[in-house]
Amino acid sequence: MRLTLQNVGKVVNGKTHLYGIDLELESGSFNVLLGPTQAGKTSVLRLMAGLDRPSSGKILEDDNDVTTVGVRKRNVAMVYQEFVNYPSFTIYKNIAAPLRRTKHLSKAEIDVKVRATAEMLHIERLLERLPAELSGGQQQRVALARALVKDAPLLLLDEPLVNLDYKLREELRSEMRQIFSYGTTTVVYAATEPSEALMFGGKTGILDAGRLLQYGPGLEVYHRPVTARVSEIFSDPPINLIGASIGPQGCRLSLNVVFPLADHMRSLSPGDYRVGIRANQIGVVNRSGNGIVIHATVELAEFNGSETYLHARHGDFTMIALLNGVREYALGEAVSLYFDPSRLFVFDVAGELVAGPEWKPYNTKAA
Amino acid sequence: MQKTFDNRAWFLVLPVVLLVAFNALIPLMTVVNYSVQDIFDSTHRLFVGTDWFKEMLRSPRLHNALWRQLIFSGLVLLIEIPLGVLIALMMSKKSGWKTSLTLVLVALPLLIPWNVIGTIWVVFLRPDIGLLGHFIDSVLGISFDYPTVPIEAWISVMLMEVWHWTPLVVLLAYAGLCAIPDAYYQAARIDGASGWAVFRYIQLPKMRGVLTIAILLRFMDSFLIYTEPFVLTGGGPGDSTTFLSIYLVKIALGEFDVGRAGAFSIIYFLIVLAFSYVFYQALQRVGTGEGK
Repeated sequence: MRLTLQNVGKVVNGKTHLYGIDLELESGSFNVLLGPTQAGKTSVLRLMAGLDRPSSGKILEDDNDVTTVGVRKRNVAMVYQEFVNYPSFTIYKNIAAPLRRTKHLSKAEIDVKVRATAEMLHIERLLERLPAELSGGQQQRVALARALVKDAPLLLLDEPLVNLDYKLREELRSEMRQIFSYGTTTVVYAATEPSEALMFGGKTGILDAGRLLQYGPGLEVYHRPVTARVSEIFSDPPINLIGASIGPQGCRLSLNVVFPLADHMRSLSPGDYRVGIRANQIGVVNRSGNGIVIHATVELAEFNGSETYLHARHGDFTMIALLNGVREYALGEAVSLYFDPSRLFVFDVAGELVAGPEWKPYNTKAA
Repeated sequence: MQKTFDNRAWFLVLPVVLLVAFNALIPLMTVVNYSVQDIFDSTHRLFVGTDWFKEMLRSPRLHNALWRQLIFSGLVLLIEIPLGVLIALMMSKKSGWKTSLTLVLVALPLLIPWNVIGTIWVVFLRPDIGLLGHFIDSVLGISFDYPTVPIEAWISVMLMEVWHWTPLVVLLAYAGLCAIPDAYYQAARIDGASGWAVFRYIQLPKMRGVLTIAILLRFMDSFLIYTEPFVLTGGGPGDSTTFLSIYLVKIALGEFDVGRAGAFSIIYFLIVLAFSYVFYQALQRVGTGEGK
């Protein structure tokens, strides 16, 4: 199903939750809505489901205006952060529940569907149990099965993995990728973590403070963020945004850090800018050979899995570098950080992207 | 490795031992002491073993009081639990001053002392000067005279009990309802579930934990009811509102028969314990493992 939002706004008690959102989701597409908490992701999903009515604008399913059609008459499935299952039903009955209410299927047909869906999510052995007897990961699998079994043309997922621990999240995420890779269902997945948007592929919409900042193929948005804010939302650890000025001598970040312009920055006129560089593009060794060095002092080194986030200060700005492996640093230790100027994003003072590092979509590169 | 022992460690548990002793053990043992002796005065007493127990267990007066009590507590549960849940369902789940005000108004009866409640209703129900009594008697034309008609005394005690304690069930059920994440209701709407289905398959199972507590509390409390019938008619007319505790007090203080009263107390205590245990076990098995 093609889902279209035309200038959709939502105002609750005088507070604007969403500002005129225009979005067209193709039939069978996988879409990630990425944004920090309170960005309005849940509000968008609720409108898409028909749980709420928009205050302004139109919602179309294919070419039918469904703006005022209630949730009961729409055919959608939704999965939530909370593990929502009927507490007193067995897993089997839970998965079968949406089928019994919406379609006229025989018992045998329901049975086939329930078992096939349960198998897909690896919960076929739990069918006789009750939700409270399962682990969180298993409960969320049941909730997913309940959503998938419906075969609804629109599937909405509201941060379904956020309440799971790390291992379970990874496991379920990679399985979901396979499940969603076939089928004609249009999927909308709300997420706060950039890695989820990248992992699932498909398209990504960046939502912030009730506004849709950018929508397009995930990698394109990642490599060509239209504004500094988009790059911030789509980077984890946060992208380093540093004030810079471009003049005859090149690009200046501070008194000591001045470097010649990289190719993609040549066309910029002199003036003040903000440059952005992702943490994974900063290292402690000069890998590319043409790296620019910044001498900084360590403020914090935190470990995340087998990586290290190194926070270091230079002058009046702090940088975060993402280093492979667990590395220990002492507070106040002097470090040399290197970055390749060809990897810099340049934003103008208003935050619009004016120059980005070289990037070509994979398909065109191969061609 | 050698373990070291320091008997001074016993001092650490002393406060708890003392508290439990004075709070529970000593009073209970006093009752046990009474229940196995026939006491004539402070110096003359006779050990009678289990005689009082045997006698009390065969006492038709106790049997009658027990039946009365069981019917009363059963009716109390049948009225208060559904009524409390119904009121809780009607209350708004949104926070705000209106909700706060409703909660305070609902909880008001819980804040009034037992004796005062009894007195309020005694006056309220009197056909000559009471508002409700006069209304029933004169306006509705139904003759209402609780001091002399047993069934009317029963209805009056029941009315007081329901008025006084349904709010507790409301508060518990309301807390249970508020704890249900909004996602459940959304999911139910998406599934096209009816209002009844939402209640039966989401709200009721999710309230199981608090309702178990509500049922246990209301059962135990109504099983021990004393003040209301005492203030209203003192257990009358006749023996019609002589529930277990009224009967117990009649034996213990009215007839000063501490031996029988002691035996009765222990039997009473064991009955409450047994019923509560059965209720708890039964409620744990209903439906699901939810709310454990």
